[in-house]
Amino acid sequence: MDTINLSEKTDWAFIEEVKKESGQNPSLCYQCGNCTAGCPYTQYFDYPVSVIMRLLQSGQKETILTSKAIWLCATCETCTTRCPCEVDVTHIMDTLRIMARREGKVSEKDIQLFYDSFLDSMKKHGRIFEMGILMGYKFKSGHLMGDAELGPKVMSRGKISLFPKTIKGADKVAQIFNRFQEKAKKHG
Amino acid sequence: MAEKEYAYFSGCSLEGTAKEYDESLRVVMKALGVNLVEPDDWSCCGSTPAHTVDHVFAAALAARNLCLVEKMNKEVLTTPCPSCLMAFKKAQYNMSRDDAFKGEVNELLDEAYNCGVESKSSLQIIYEDIGLDAIAARVTHIMPDLKVAPYYGCILSRPPEIAQFDDPENPVSMDKVLTAAGIDVRDFAFKMECCGAAFGVPKQEMVNRLSAKVLEMALDAGANCIAVACPLCQQNLDLRQEQVNKTMGSNFNIPIIYFTQLMGLAYGFSPKELGMDKVIVSADKITRRITKEEYAKIKEEEAAAKKPQKAKKEAAAEETNN
Repeated sequence: MDTINLSEKTDWAFIEEVKKESGQNPSLCYQCGNCTAGCPYTQYFDYPVSVIMRLLQSGQKETILTSKAIWLCATCETCTTRCPCEVDVTHIMDTLRIMARREGKVSEKDIQLFYDSFLDSMKKHGRIFEMGILMGYKFKSGHLMGDAELGPKVMSRGKISLFPKTIKGADKVAQIFNRFQEKAKKHG
Repeated sequence: MAEKEYAYFSGCSLEGTAKEYDESLRVVMKALGVNLVEPDDWSCCGSTPAHTVDHVFAAALAARNLCLVEKMNKEVLTTPCPSCLMAFKKAQYNMSRDDAFKGEVNELLDEAYNCGVESKSSLQIIYEDIGLDAIAARVTHIMPDLKVAPYYGCILSRPPEIAQFDDPENPVSMDKVLTAAGIDVRDFAFKMECCGAAFGVPKQEMVNRLSAKVLEMALDAGANCIAVACPLCQQNLDLRQEQVNKTMGSNFNIPIIYFTQLMGLAYGFSPKELGMDKVIVSADKITRRITKEEYAKIKEEEAAAKKPQKAKKEAAAEETNN
């Protein structure tokens, strides 16, 4: 098992920031491990979700924000459902992802690229153009041949469109993106 | 039957890789006297990617659609997709409880959302509003070879405070709906275990491994088919089943069918109308249908054939006792 370096000083400001942004109180966690026991992804995490909670209590910002765990969490809500202290653990994981993104510390670049490709498609067309997302991801990630064998399966059944369908209000959707980006810039 | 009407949000997947979910749901809802009205020019709910960027931003993308529903003067929106459902439910939950959050979301929108729309999964509408009796009354055909593991996915009933539907650990709505439709349903321990969700593209092997567990458990439950209610579950288990076999060295060949397709088959609709030709692993071999009357007759004959045997056995038992 990995040794976790706790020598990094407790970052109290980080703990407060997570508290404020998530509306959750990480101190309530008494390390029962119920979240980790139910987490379908725990074998792929570098730190199990209960360890993320412990690292959060001790303000280990760098370790948490650069962890793979926060990106491999699928928001399945099992941890939140089972937490005996009623901590919304899923929402904390989500908040940590947002913070990692904001600080440019994303450890799982492919996952971020896939999400970004999804959002690009949405901003452009108002709805999701599945083929466009896949192609966008392939070019940006360099994984050109991934899932290539699935193409003929979906195409022969007419399940994927080769051309995007743009809604009338696509510009309204793009405005939501723009307003958010402006606001984010203002608040640094 | 009085007509019911709901605002209907199919979602992006149902226009593409999950077309058959949309097609079969519309057919079944019509048969059950439910009218579905789509909001004009709806947009993507934001799904998983949006809430990795910002919670206010994610809520705004969802709320743009809730706003459209509000303008239709509809109070209930139904969506078949659990991911869209969760985006709407979380936006509604947070906006209606936190005025500051609501204000921030509305600042990103052209028109303010007033929190007047409740979102429900299409499974919930079928189970609660239509009800098991009405579901059963419409059945015309029985599929005697079919044994189904109902698979709910992660978030149809989770987290309970937001989902407000069924049980968060052991949901039974789909089990009951399919049973009412005359379908043989098996107890399935992995009915909520995660299939790998939205990671199919960037983390293919991990998703294949998670999906393999679900497929294997369904076989262990004695099922020859998995019923699903989520486009992403369907994609991971069906479209990627050959990948799963390659990754795991397994030999799965289990049809993954939307619960609405199975209902449609029990209601006598043609496989074509229900998009049965769009799934990758074919269900043709396990969906042989006979009419309800024929099925009842066969059952009667079987029972009659058993009776003399039972009488003989009893007579023999009596003789031994004497």
